Amino acid sequence: MPVEIDIAHVARLARLALSEEELSTYRSQLGVILEHAAKVQSVPTEGLEPTAHPLGLLNGFREDLVRPSLDRDEVLAAAPDSADGYFVVPPALEG
Amino acid sequence: MADLADLTVATAGERLATGEASAADLLDAVIRRASLTEAELHCYVTIDHDGARRAAEESDHRRSRSESRGPLDGIPLALKDNFCTRGLETTCSSQILSGYRPPYDSTVVARLRDGGAVIVGKTNLDEFAMGSSTENSAFGPTRNPWNPERVPGGSSGGSAAAVAAGSALAAFGSDTGGSIRQPAALCGVVGFKPTYGLVSRFGLVAFSSSFDQIGPLARSVADALTLFEAVAGHDPLDATSYPGTVPEARPSLETGVKDVRIGLVRELSGEGYEPAVTAATNDMVAQLEASGAIVSEVSLPSFAIALSAYYLIAPAEVSANLARFDGVRYGLRVTGETVEEMMARTRAEGFGPEATRRILLGTYALSAGYYDAFYGQAQRVRTKLINELANVFEQVDVLVSPASPTTAFELGAKTQDPLAMYLTDVCTIPANLAGTPAISIPVGLDADGLPIGFQVMGPALGEARLFQVAAEVERLATFDHRPEILAAAGDRL
Repeated sequence: MPVEIDIAHVARLARLALSEEELSTYRSQLGVILEHAAKVQSVPTEGLEPTAHPLGLLNGFREDLVRPSLDRDEVLAAAPDSADGYFVVPPALEG
Repeated sequence: MADLADLTVATAGERLATGEASAADLLDAVIRRASLTEAELHCYVTIDHDGARRAAEESDHRRSRSESRGPLDGIPLALKDNFCTRGLETTCSSQILSGYRPPYDSTVVARLRDGGAVIVGKTNLDEFAMGSSTENSAFGPTRNPWNPERVPGGSSGGSAAAVAAGSALAAFGSDTGGSIRQPAALCGVVGFKPTYGLVSRFGLVAFSSSFDQIGPLARSVADALTLFEAVAGHDPLDATSYPGTVPEARPSLETGVKDVRIGLVRELSGEGYEPAVTAATNDMVAQLEASGAIVSEVSLPSFAIALSAYYLIAPAEVSANLARFDGVRYGLRVTGETVEEMMARTRAEGFGPEATRRILLGTYALSAGYYDAFYGQAQRVRTKLINELANVFEQVDVLVSPASPTTAFELGAKTQDPLAMYLTDVCTIPANLAGTPAISIPVGLDADGLPIGFQVMGPALGEARLFQVAAEVERLATFDHRPEILAAAGDRL
C-alpha cells in the first residue's frame, strides 16, 4: 500500500526546520517504513482494546506532600539563556 | 585470569571481602584496560576519573570500618549515557544534549550510589537509544571488541562492549526494542531486560515510555541478577513502577531444568537467520532437553507482526517524548527571530538522522486522520500478542529463541537502509510489546569467531523461572572465550 505523506506539514508539526533535500529523503524513507508497518492493518483485531501499559496497571497515586523541588539556580544554569529567575526565549507573540 | 578487570562482580566481591583487592585496585584495573582499548573501541562518552576515584576511596574506607554496603560496594560499573547523573555530563549521544549536566540523579543511579557502586563513566549509545548498532551516536560509533570492523549492536553498544572489553566489570543499559539483549548477544555477554515496571525509569531520558526498561549487562547470569536486585523495586517517582514485590530469583539459579517446559518459538527461525545462529540455538535446546527439560515447538503468529506494531508505537512515543528538546531549558540552542524558528532550527541541528526520522514517523502516525489506522491498530495488535503469550505460557514455562538473527555485522552495512536495521530487532521486540522479562546468554562463536546469543523469555513477573533456565544455559554453554583484542592488550600489561 503506497503511503501519501505531506512531509513538509509533518516537519512543521514536529518543529523541524529541514531543507528541501532532507524532506525529500525522509519522505521516501518514511514511505518504505510505513509500507512495512501498515501490515498491522491486515490483522483482525475486532473486540480488542488497545494496550497502553503492558501489565495493565492504572494510575499510580501517592500522597500529595510538600517536598523540596530542584534548586532553581542549578536548573537555570543548564539553560541556554536565563534572566531574573526565568528562561529567556525569542518573542513568541508580535507587539 | 590474572587481571582484575576480567573478574565477575561475584569474584571481585570475594576479593574485596578477603582483602586481596581494594576498590581502588579494581578501578585502576578497569581504567588501565580502558586506556588500552578506548582509542579503538570507544565504549565511553565520558569517563568520570575524579568521581570514580572518590567513590572507590570511600568504599575502601567503609570496608576498613566494616561498614560495607553489599555486593556492589566498590565494584566499578558503567552506565549508558541516557541515565541522568547529577553534575556529570549526560548526552544520550546527541548534539542536542551535548554538555548537559543534570541537576539530579536517576533513581537507578541513586540506588547504585547508596549501594557503594563505583560509576566509572557513561557509555556510548545510538542517539536517544534509537538504533541497533551504536552507529547513530553523534560522537562516533563504538566498535565490537571481538572484531573492531564489526558493530557491537545497540543501542546499549557502549555498555556491552565495555563489559566484553574489561573497561567495567558490568554495566547498565536500557531496552526498548532489544537494546540490552541484542548488543549483549553481539558482544558475548549476558543482557537482561526485566518485566516492565520492576526497575524505576525516573531519570532515564525517555525514548518510548510504554516499552523502556532498565537492566544489566554482565559477565555471568548471577552477576546480572545481582545488578537487577540492587536497583529493582517500586519508586513513587515513576508512575509506571510496579507496586508489588520483586520476584525472588536467587534460589532458582541452582535448581537445573528437570521437568521445566521449554517452548522453541517457530516464528523466530528460518529465513534471515544465519545458519550458525540456528545451529547454536538448536544445539542448546537439545542440551536442555538432555538435562531434563520438556521441549516443544510453539507458534505465536503475532510475533511475525510485532516489528510492524513496534515501529508505529515507538516512534509515536518518541515524537511526544522528544518534544521537550526545544532549546529552552537545556542543551543546544540555535537562534531564531521567533520562538518557533528558534525551536525548529535547534531541533533540526541538534537531532541526528535516526532521531529525526522517528520523530517524523511518529508525528505522522499520530496526526489527524491516521491515528486509528496506525497507532490505534498497533496498540490493538499489541493486545493480541499479549493474549497469545498468556495462552502459550499456560503450556510452557519459558520460551527460547536466538537473541539476534545474525552475529555482529560490519560497520556501515545497514546505515543506508533504515528498515534493514530495524529488522535486526525481530527476536527481541516481542518481549517489549508484552512487557515480559527476557535475557540473552552467550552460547558459542560462529566461524568468524563472533559470539552468538541465546534468548530465554518468561511470563510477566516470571523472573524466577527465567533465571533458573538462564543459569542452566550458562552451565551447558561453558562460554569462556575471550576477544582477541584482550589477548593483545594482555601482552602490553
